[in-house]
Amino acid sequence: MFEELSLKLEKALKKVSGQGKLTEKNISDTVREIRRILLDADVNYKVAKDFIDKVQEKALGTEVIASISPGQLITKIIYDELTELLGGDRKEIKLNASGLTTILVVGLQGSGKTTFCGKLAKRLKESKLKVMLAAADVYRPAAVEQLKTLGAQIEVPVYSIDVPDAKRTAKEALAEANAAGCNVLIVDTAGRLHVDEEMMNEAAAIRDIINPDESLFVVDSMTGQDAVNSAKAFNEKINYDGIVLTKLDGDARGGAALSIRAVVGKPIKFISSGEKLSALEPFYPDRLASRILGKGDIISFVEKAQESFDENEAAKLEEKFKKNKFDFEDFLKQIKMIKKMGSLSSLLGMIPGIGNQIKNADIDDKALVKVEAIINSMTQEERQKPKILNGSRRMRIARGSGSSIQEVNRLIKQFGDMQSLMKKMNQRGFANNFLNKIK
Amino acid sequence: MGIFDNFNFSKLKEGLTKTRTKIVNTINEAVTGKAVIDDKTLDEIEEILITSDIGYDTAVQIIENVRGRMKSEKDRTDLNVIETVKKELTGILDIESNFNSEQEIKTHKPYIILVVGINGVGKTTTIGKLAHNYKKAGLKVIVGAADTFRAAANEQLEIWSKRAGVEIIQKGHGADPSSVAFETVQHAIKHQYDVVLIDTAGRLHNKGHLMEELNKIKRVLSKNLPYAPNETLLVLDGNTGQNAILQAEEFSKVTDITGLVVTKLDGTAKGGVVFQIVNKQKVPIKYIGVGEGIEDLQTFDSKLFVSAIFE
Repeated sequence: MFEELSLKLEKALKKVSGQGKLTEKNISDTVREIRRILLDADVNYKVAKDFIDKVQEKALGTEVIASISPGQLITKIIYDELTELLGGDRKEIKLNASGLTTILVVGLQGSGKTTFCGKLAKRLKESKLKVMLAAADVYRPAAVEQLKTLGAQIEVPVYSIDVPDAKRTAKEALAEANAAGCNVLIVDTAGRLHVDEEMMNEAAAIRDIINPDESLFVVDSMTGQDAVNSAKAFNEKINYDGIVLTKLDGDARGGAALSIRAVVGKPIKFISSGEKLSALEPFYPDRLASRILGKGDIISFVEKAQESFDENEAAKLEEKFKKNKFDFEDFLKQIKMIKKMGSLSSLLGMIPGIGNQIKNADIDDKALVKVEAIINSMTQEERQKPKILNGSRRMRIARGSGSSIQEVNRLIKQFGDMQSLMKKMNQRGFANNFLNKIK
Repeated sequence: MGIFDNFNFSKLKEGLTKTRTKIVNTINEAVTGKAVIDDKTLDEIEEILITSDIGYDTAVQIIENVRGRMKSEKDRTDLNVIETVKKELTGILDIESNFNSEQEIKTHKPYIILVVGINGVGKTTTIGKLAHNYKKAGLKVIVGAADTFRAAANEQLEIWSKRAGVEIIQKGHGADPSSVAFETVQHAIKHQYDVVLIDTAGRLHNKGHLMEELNKIKRVLSKNLPYAPNETLLVLDGNTGQNAILQAEEFSKVTDITGLVVTKLDGTAKGGVVFQIVNKQKVPIKYIGVGEGIEDLQTFDSKLFVSAIFE
């Protein structure tokens, strides 16, 4: 009772002091700090400014929820916006159902194009596609040899000619790939500065020759403020389809990715980190967002904010656990809470020491969506009393949630197992112990 | 309104505000010891500094210093403010060094230069250009291909050594890099070479085992010749942002960096992150790379570097 009273008092105080809603005044310190964080992460000066202005404008007037400060709330809003912006229209590369798919790879010197070509070729080959690489970097000494060596390692043929003519290489490689019945041709090009008119024209000419289904701009994640200039210039000339972010195995915060996303609006398609040819990863916008904001205080700050949203909810759940009254209704709430914190895989990835180990384990975030859909298709009564779920009810739920009857059965069974496990734990007093430990 | 009709209130207000601002500014300057400069000018300078990768804190610090310097200046025009910023920046880069390469080369034979840096910054290209310059100066030069990791790194250095007309020592892909360094130095001692350039594999500075390997190369060198290496050059990509600071810190932990090379400055990137590095590590920038041609390595000039930021 006292708790409730103090909560009410707190709320009233917040209103008086103008802390009940986000205002320019009560978030100005946080906004300044976040601007500094973004700039330190190499987010472009103008992009950082626009981004924060936009978020701030959007956030003003938002109600502050119990037990979090305006600063925490704005931080969380910025984190969410950042994730959204980075991954907004995430797409895989498009592969033609039949015939040859051509992929063009461009970028500045030393950004990691050739290594990326090797990795992409390996990945496509592993999905049973017939792949060919073309070595159209005819300028850098031994670039052709580098691609050939990589090609030999992954047993993918590399097309090259003895004369330093990139356009001819591309043209002949295209004919060769078609003749050999390849599924994919990946064309590696020379690194070039965006201000080098002649070289930029060459890149455009190569594009016109192979008419790529997918063109990718490779960018070093350590790039600083100038990233926007090169990304823009390449986009004007090539109009690429996506971005490849490299060398994220270093400790760069990768703010350049945000700058490029904001300026050219093209999606990030791959993360290429490490020189080992297997190190090609799909892109997780939430991970990059937390990386840009910094793994330290600011993220725990955000997490704390997220946690505190549902502290009351969690307490209720704990009680239900103890009394063994945990039903599908509670399960659904729990899923929603987890989802709020981000994807399962990214959550696990954040745990120090575990992150790397689970990187390759397949964690299916979609499974959670499925479970949610199934529970959503249950009636309230069914959720509270799973025992009444007979065959016809299960059929209806399967149809309603777009899943198979087996999937529904499996979930109900798993849930039953979980309940009986809880029962046992409660009997032995485990639950209390356990809950106390994790508090 | 009668008699006030001809009276322009806004004009008066403007005049009063100006006077008030002036008084407030004077008091402000007296109290803080810093010149009050137009916000717009300061914002523009901040933008120029930050977009050249100088870093937020350094930019703020520089502006504060400039305001301190400007206090005694009568001339508060934008032009003079910028001149003062330039002076401040040049001051950071012009660090005193009693290390003189030309002098050292005369007294150490062979003279050993180790070139380090992360992947893709332009180490091998820099070595090619350096070899060319030393050769042109009439010295007998040899390069050691101790990047035995990256595919075709050997071949790349070989082409550069041919261009420069210098000799190369190399072993197969995957060989122990320190053994390549060892052999190169042995060969140089035996055949009276003046300058030895050792290329190393690009390594991300947060990879402990690779940094340890670098340490081993260094140990092997000094076992051969107690004074070796004479120079350790850290190559930085001019496009790199704030991460270059961490690179410099980590490489300094395993090697004694004697100089920096900033590459790829022929684009639009300014390489401003080096201000923090020079300031923290107290190592000078020795060369800048401005292209892929063999002549495209320049001796560093702080004034030119700083004025490029304001272009």
